[in-house]
Amino acid sequence: MRTAVSELDLRSTASLDDALRILRDERRTPLAGATDLYVGLNFGTLPQRAFLDIWAVDELRGVAERGDALVLGALATYTSLIRSPLVQRRLPMLVEAARQVGGVQIQNRGTIGGNIANGSPAGDSLPVFAAADAVIVLRSADSERRIPITEYYTGYRATVMRPDELIVAIEVPPVEGRQWFRKVGTRAAQAISKIVVAGVRSAKPSVAYGSVAPTVVRVPRTEEALAAGAGIDAAVSVLETEIKPIDDIRSTAEYRLRVATNLLRRFWAETA
Amino acid sequence: MAAVGKSVARKDGIGKATGGAKYADDLTFPGMLFGRTIRSTIPRGRVRSVKLDFDTAGFTIVDHRDVPAKNAVDLMSQDQPFLVETEVRHMAEPILLLAHEDKEKLSAARVEIEYDEEAPLFDPEQSTQVFKAIDIVKGDVAAALAKADVIVEGTYRTGHQEHIYIEPNGVIAVPEDGGIAIYGSVQCPFYVIKALRCMLGSAHPNVRVIQTETGGGFGGKEEYPSIIAGHAVLLALKSGRPVKIIYDRVEDMVATTKRHPAIVRHRTGLTRDGKLVAMDVDVLLDGGAYVTLSPTVLSRGCIHAAGPYSCDDTRIQGRAVFTNTPPNGAFRGFGAPQTEFAVEVHMDRIAEQLGIDPVELRRINALRPGDRTATGQTLRDDCSAHMVLEEAVKRTDFTRKRREYRGTNRTIGLSLFYHGAGFTGAGERNLKSKARLELTLTGVRIATGSTEIGQGTRTMHAQIVTDALAIPYESVEVAQPDTSRVADSGPTVASRTCMVVGKILEECALEMKEKLGGLTPAEYYARSGGLTVERMYEPPDWIQWDDNTYLGDAYATYGWGCDVVELEVDPDTYEVRPLRITAVQEFGRPIHPALARGQIEGGTAQGMGYALLERVVMRDGAMANSTLTNYTIPTTLDMPEVDVVMLENPYPGGPFGAKGLGELPMDGPAPAVVNALRHMGLDVREIPATPELIAACGTIA
Ligand SMILES: Cc1cc2nc3c(=O)[nH]c(=O)nc-3n(C[C@H](O)[C@H](O)[C@H](O)COP(=O)(O)OP(=O)(O)OC[C@H]3O[C@@H](n4cnc5c(N)ncnc54)[C@H](O)[C@@H]3O)c2cc1C
Repeated sequence: MRTAVSELDLRSTASLDDALRILRDERRTPLAGATDLYVGLNFGTLPQRAFLDIWAVDELRGVAERGDALVLGALATYTSLIRSPLVQRRLPMLVEAARQVGGVQIQNRGTIGGNIANGSPAGDSLPVFAAADAVIVLRSADSERRIPITEYYTGYRATVMRPDELIVAIEVPPVEGRQWFRKVGTRAAQAISKIVVAGVRSAKPSVAYGSVAPTVVRVPRTEEALAAGAGIDAAVSVLETEIKPIDDIRSTAEYRLRVATNLLRRFWAETA
Repeated sequence: MAAVGKSVARKDGIGKATGGAKYADDLTFPGMLFGRTIRSTIPRGRVRSVKLDFDTAGFTIVDHRDVPAKNAVDLMSQDQPFLVETEVRHMAEPILLLAHEDKEKLSAARVEIEYDEEAPLFDPEQSTQVFKAIDIVKGDVAAALAKADVIVEGTYRTGHQEHIYIEPNGVIAVPEDGGIAIYGSVQCPFYVIKALRCMLGSAHPNVRVIQTETGGGFGGKEEYPSIIAGHAVLLALKSGRPVKIIYDRVEDMVATTKRHPAIVRHRTGLTRDGKLVAMDVDVLLDGGAYVTLSPTVLSRGCIHAAGPYSCDDTRIQGRAVFTNTPPNGAFRGFGAPQTEFAVEVHMDRIAEQLGIDPVELRRINALRPGDRTATGQTLRDDCSAHMVLEEAVKRTDFTRKRREYRGTNRTIGLSLFYHGAGFTGAGERNLKSKARLELTLTGVRIATGSTEIGQGTRTMHAQIVTDALAIPYESVEVAQPDTSRVADSGPTVASRTCMVVGKILEECALEMKEKLGGLTPAEYYARSGGLTVERMYEPPDWIQWDDNTYLGDAYATYGWGCDVVELEVDPDTYEVRPLRITAVQEFGRPIHPALARGQIEGGTAQGMGYALLERVVMRDGAMANSTLTNYTIPTTLDMPEVDVVMLENPYPGGPFGAKGLGELPMDGPAPAVVNALRHMGLDVREIPATPELIAACGTIA
């Protein structure tokens, strides 16, 4: 552990109202499953010193249908999503994604709120939510905002969320059409995505990629080509100009672009 | 009651399973400080100034001027300092040591170092500083090449590999009456003693090293612990208090040794029907910034570079060279995984070019008893190349599958390999290893410097002594290696701990048995008191070796293996999914079948990681992916079932016929994987064969 733990200041609460009041009055970083935060603590790369543990706020844990939306509490863990009959029925691509997150320990502890707030472009749930037109519900002590996930990120690990806000839920409208998900990690398990794709095949297809840009991205021009019936080859040509992945320690721009196009083809073939 | 050949309970099993076993970081001593190493942040240059940017109260601070005698790690050469004086040769080179009783204060301390930077050298092919050159000549390769029907050439590359022992490096130096004790996670306690004697000189004669329970080594704790021990001792001497230095994973990966990257070139002449007539091999190893063990890694690599094949005219040239990267060092296989990768991939390319089945090509050329190796060694009856090959081919239905998988995204490939056991050539004779057996009230105690690092040393040695003495296994205990108390049985390396040290112990036990004269240990003890037997290793008398020409009997015996890997490649993502591995290996005779199987399964997994996943990303001369997240070793989901087949062909010079096994399984997986990929039309000549590399090598059905 490279961070001086004795200097850390941790509060915890089991009430959402309490949590939001604390965040209004004090500068504290929320801590849910701590699976991302702990990595930063271990490497000594985390600047924050004051934390608010919200793990016990049970009201943020549920999965329910409200109106025609599927509402996922921010503290829903991967394990709870995998087990939820509602999620299995309405959003199977999220179950698929959740199954491939880390290992069982991480699935038990990691939350979707944490995955979204952490904002890594490799976050595995993000393309699913982007392809499903999900809306992030942000709440503070005195207001609530609903932000479509495609407008939530402003840059690499930067979001519109204010320090006094919490993600309380993710709302997923009904998804029409066949859902598809594919993660390409650095190995078969316990892997960070080198590229991750979610797609929905309908009259208006949607496709979202992770790990090809500073944030999760939808590819609207490619989607238009697919919707217009231009054929997969034409859509692939559009995709090649629409994303600009980079080289990093895990992979190369060339590989990412090639695999992104291959997976577009596979999505299209397997959902035909 | 015989123990040999049975999977008896591990001597270290209960302690490890219940958490009772004590590793270095489990130990504390009164007044103990924690040590930290301040390292260079440039790959090459000179230290201009060192500024301590913190309140130094309560800190012990050590630099090169605190070294009592010689600031040099005494290994094969004395070129590596414990602490930089002015010249920096690689990233993460130790410059300054700090100790404090509070870990948090210690890690918060800031040290500013200014440098005069120089242009670093990273490319071994550009290096003109040669640590060691080897030239092994048998026959006349130029003449033979000139007469060959066909010549096949190729260049093959292998990358760094990190050991990833589960327990990172760590030691504690404890001042004690009239001397100093070092407790640590080490493979070779007597190497540490040698290094400390040189560093300390005659003013500090009483040094002892105690091996704590060790969570894996794989060669990574062969030479490196000498450096950490030196650091801990310097801090302990200066502070007069015990000092513990435990690396975290990042520091361990960035600073400590790795497997040597290699570039191996082959130029091979054959007759049209596939008989090898000339093998010209050139081996280049990237040694990193200091010599460490590079000369012997190069030697083992070169000796194995022609593969397990018979060819009258061979020439193997090798160089280990300097670069401005952290020194590379010992790693399971010791140069052979690199060179055997090259020759085995080359063999499949030859088969392809000649239109010969790769199994047939190996049948034509594989060594048999009576054949001469590249060093001119005439093999004896314990040569099993054909036996392992035929068994693997039959067991996997190789030929049929090879045919059926063609044109699909499934494929199969094999490799044939061998590994010399024990030190090279005259090495074992020069080592003069000793082992000791001590009578106890209830049985005997084994007292050697051989370390249990997870591979089963204690259990296997106890089995050998049990059967040689004909006493119960439970009455044999194994002393914790403490250099002041045990015999120097040589380092725990080179697949020698069973075959060589086990043999000395067998002889000790036989001598003791004679001395007991039919009494049980308890009876003897009651009548005559204690009894100690110590013996020295006698290598077989027929071993002839010339260290100048590298000709002669390189090893007393070899283990033999044939690996078959079946795998699938995802045509869209180029991800490789191994489906089944068959590892047929002959290593004399398994003393403990379950442990032997563990060595084969583990070594095979390590070899699969080497083949497919484990890529050390070097940036500016430092490992950029120094975490377990980004340096990916295989998980259980990346490893298929390994069908382990242990064939027997006893070596008369080993205990109960045993040869060495530790390194052998590391040699086979990588070429088998790449040969499988080749059968799919992917021209891979480099490892790790990551999806990124495979994508650039062709398309898949
Ligand atoms: C070994 C390992 C493997 C992993 N594998 C994967 C993987 O395969 N795929 C993947 O996508 N991720 C993976 N992760 C990353 C991590 O587990 C996920 O991102 C997880 O969803 C984070 O959730 P958490 O609750 O643990 O977040 P925390 O660590 O608690 O928080 C992460 C960030 O989100 C903020 N935050 C958390 N909850 C909220 C909230 N409700 N409102 C506002 N801000 C909030 C925190 O302040 C913090 O900045 C892995 C991590 C580890 C350690």
